[in-house]
Amino acid sequence: MPSHEQIFEDKIEREVRIEPKDWMPEDYRKLLIRQMSQHAHSEIVGMLPEGNWITRAPSLRRKATLIAKVQDEAGHGLYLYSATETLGITREETIDQLLSGKAKYSSIFNYPTLTWADIGAIGWLVDGAAIMNQVPLCRASFGPYARAMIRICKEESFHQRQGFEILLTLSRGSEAQKHMCQDAIDRWWWPAVMMFGPADESSPHSQKSMQWKIKRFSNDELRQKFIDVCAEQVKVLGMKLPDSKLQWNEETQHYDFGEINWEEFWNVVNGNGPCNKERLAARKKAHEDGAWVREAAAAYAAKKNHSSEIR
Amino acid sequence: MEKISSENWPLWEVFIRTRQGLDHKHAGSLHAADAQMALENARDVYTRRNEGISIWVVESKYIHASSPEEAASFFDPANDKVYRYPTFYQLPDELKNI
Repeated sequence: MPSHEQIFEDKIEREVRIEPKDWMPEDYRKLLIRQMSQHAHSEIVGMLPEGNWITRAPSLRRKATLIAKVQDEAGHGLYLYSATETLGITREETIDQLLSGKAKYSSIFNYPTLTWADIGAIGWLVDGAAIMNQVPLCRASFGPYARAMIRICKEESFHQRQGFEILLTLSRGSEAQKHMCQDAIDRWWWPAVMMFGPADESSPHSQKSMQWKIKRFSNDELRQKFIDVCAEQVKVLGMKLPDSKLQWNEETQHYDFGEINWEEFWNVVNGNGPCNKERLAARKKAHEDGAWVREAAAAYAAKKNHSSEIR
Repeated sequence: MEKISSENWPLWEVFIRTRQGLDHKHAGSLHAADAQMALENARDVYTRRNEGISIWVVESKYIHASSPEEAASFFDPANDKVYRYPTFYQLPDELKNI
């Protein structure tokens, strides 16, 4: 009779999805909990830089859009938290790991949103990079993760389009608006390029993740794809990506690009980015300020249960 | 009656009917203190784009599932009954409307 491992590996090989109650190696479970909870935390923390501009959106249309987008991010966080829970970790533990700083989230959200154009740049570049990462995850070997990603990808497309539209409007505006547009691209470009994670040779979890078909493409493959797409899209804006070495390479049929500042990357990952402390403090405050709501809801539910039992 | 803690609301499974005439289908799960909150949260989390016209929620602890370990023997009885399919019966081509 085949062993648990053999059955598992055979399913992975044949592209049969793994479901929560199926046997799985402990490392597979751990890797998924780590990746999925990080992903969920990123959606939740990702609401903060954008939430910063809801009250100052330049029109009612932009405001309604931004609220809808931030609401989507909350929903995406919840899909992913639920999917993570199927692996046997409680919601409470997962949230604790975020609030205690034990779990990471995408470093991109540790950069500040200084101007309205940043909301455009986030939609175009940050959500653009996220989509590039997420589309292949719709085929991840773990069923609940793949299903959550399908929902997320369906909703994410509007996020990127509305961002590009913001930048397009600015790029056709006054000199000051054009300048604001370029400035936002200048500040968000490299952090977005870094969103794909460390280079393949220094990405410890990548190999295992690809072997188990959680990830389908390597960090560097996805990064190259993103750069190729953006290098063309930026022309529509009449703007420039801040990379003097960015150049089409006829031979490779890809864009060559400049050196990534890995020192900055690791610095932000390790907690020293411009907003790391602020973001975590905001999440903690929201959690603590919301305590009375959770208590009230629990008390109300208990009271209702009690009265229905008496009846 | 177990006590509901403020930090650990029960888990609910969400089923959504997307159109009149279709079945309710499992959409996902969420935490809520009570059924009303579960319904409202399900609406906000799973139907922001008109994905549903009706929602069922049921506390996850009430769902009983067959075990994947025993799937082979559990579903075995249906494996060798090809005579349950219409194509099992060989009939002449000239026979129409059957």
